[in-house]
Amino acid sequence: MIPALAILSISAFIPLMTVINYSLHYIFAGSAPTFVGFDNYIEVLRDPAFQGALIRQLFFSMGILAVEVPLGICIALSMPRRGPAVALCLVLLGIPLLIPFNVVGIIARVLTQSSVGLIPEFLALFNYDFNVSKYPVDAFATIFLLDVWHWTPLVALLCYAGLQAIPDAFYQAARIDGASSWKMFRYVTLPKLRSVLIIGVLLRFMDSFKIYAEPLLLTGGGPGDATTFLSLHVARKAESYQLGYAGASSFIYLFIVIVFSYVFFQLMTNIGKGENQ
Amino acid sequence: MARIELEGISHCYDPHSAPEDQREYAVSGLNISWPDGSANALLGPSGCGKTTILNIISGLLLPTAGRVLVNGGDVTGLAPRERKIAQVFQFPVVYDSMNVFDNLAFPLRNQKIPEKTVKTKVLETAEILGLADRLKSRTTGLNAADKQKISLGRSIVREDTAAVLLDEPLTVIDPKFKGELRRKLREVQNRLKKTMIYVTHDQHEALTFADNVTIVKDGRLVQQGTPEQLHAQPETPFIGYFIGSPGMNLLDCSLDNGKLRFADFDLPVGEVMKANAASYGKDFKFGIRPEFLEVSAEEKNGTVAFTVSVIEDTGAYKVLTCDRETSRVKARVSESMSLKEGDRVWVNFPKDRINLFYNEQRVI
Repeated sequence: MIPALAILSISAFIPLMTVINYSLHYIFAGSAPTFVGFDNYIEVLRDPAFQGALIRQLFFSMGILAVEVPLGICIALSMPRRGPAVALCLVLLGIPLLIPFNVVGIIARVLTQSSVGLIPEFLALFNYDFNVSKYPVDAFATIFLLDVWHWTPLVALLCYAGLQAIPDAFYQAARIDGASSWKMFRYVTLPKLRSVLIIGVLLRFMDSFKIYAEPLLLTGGGPGDATTFLSLHVARKAESYQLGYAGASSFIYLFIVIVFSYVFFQLMTNIGKGENQ
Repeated sequence: MARIELEGISHCYDPHSAPEDQREYAVSGLNISWPDGSANALLGPSGCGKTTILNIISGLLLPTAGRVLVNGGDVTGLAPRERKIAQVFQFPVVYDSMNVFDNLAFPLRNQKIPEKTVKTKVLETAEILGLADRLKSRTTGLNAADKQKISLGRSIVREDTAAVLLDEPLTVIDPKFKGELRRKLREVQNRLKKTMIYVTHDQHEALTFADNVTIVKDGRLVQQGTPEQLHAQPETPFIGYFIGSPGMNLLDCSLDNGKLRFADFDLPVGEVMKANAASYGKDFKFGIRPEFLEVSAEEKNGTVAFTVSVIEDTGAYKVLTCDRETSRVKARVSESMSLKEGDRVWVNFPKDRINLFYNEQRVI
């Protein structure tokens, strides 16, 4: 118990307390911090830039879940269950997961650079003027697709492991009960995947909610603030020494992640279990 | 309800692995018939092809050769749902996102039966199974025995179910619920008169459940008959030993000069048996059930002396292992017989209880 608490206090408690401490003070370089209560929190919540970043962030994360989870399930379902092809599929799926965030960002920057990148060149063939530093939609879509490419394999691998663990008897029984393929999926596969899907959704939600390296490297948050996600917003404030504001927004950020994760966890744990009760 | 027949069924799991004459068949050349409305058991040691046979009947497996007939109609090519044959698996299968009611209603709703009929049928089934008070409960909290009842329920809830196949349904059931579930299965069969085939390697389960037992060994049919027939007249020494507890005593002997000559003793034979046996040949396997041996502490006419080497007391009866120089027999005697290990006993082999096997086939 004591060692665990000691490690926890170093890794979580002390940094967290520092952030809370910052968030309750007005800090300006050179002078002593002044206690201002919740003023920083009120300022953050009223700040249109923070609100914009939060909405953008929620839109991004929900979109990521809506695309990556079903896509991951589909990929897992279409993978072979046995034979030599299994190993090949697993390796191919694993490759994106091995590439670090910043490398992904740099690859994306090279690919999308106007006038030399492959993607603008290709899209120009269809008379589409693709430019991530000019058009907000292009920038947002690029980061979105980048994340889908990078992390859908994780969901697929989790689901694949879950699928392998379902005994054949369940499908045989469902066939004998006259279930259609859809019903087999709905009443056998999906309920049996529940626990891996909980993990997948939570991981993808939390990770996508703190996306940082890719937009920073690709667009630096632009054009305008089209790809300024919450983490970028907070980091910018901290870099400009607005430590009180940054502390308050970090804490709000953390709170939102915890609340959403809790809601997802509860929803997914209870969905279907209490039906018709 | 239906009569189920297998005609020349053979199955090889990997037919492309070897040329036709070298293939390894899981089951081969099976001709079995199960009468309408009967309680049947398919009994055999582990790995003898029982589950393969079951999957062929239910349609989960297409046999390499042969036909499956339901009421005389060929269903070999039909999908499981079209055959109207239900199956209960070793591990209880329940849909855990549905409650008990919805589980039982699932096969009916898949057939698009009106909800009103579904309700009546489900209530009726739940009543038979003793699940009526738990229809609204989640399935996740139920024990394995209740889950297995739900699996059974889903198979009998359909009016048109021709037969129910049970694949070792008691394997994962807690011992204290085993008896109850077995009686429930028997009761359901009695009440609904659906053809049921119960697959097991446990002779006790098979003999208590079924009126008609089919014994399979190495993918081949060995004998089909009532529990009494299998017990009294086993077709092969294997069945003699496999059925019964302890199994039949089997000794090699030869017919010589009007006597059955064993390694270290002789038995006289009657004229009829002598004439019958002599028409087959000389060397036989001699079989007699332990419960038919008459053991006494005094020498009588026609008895053979043995020494008791082991006494196993079950509480209800004693099993004696009796040895001579090379021969060994087991005898089941009453609890009241007071003997100790090392005692000398005289064993009588009643003539009307003797089985003789020639070439692994019963001749007498």
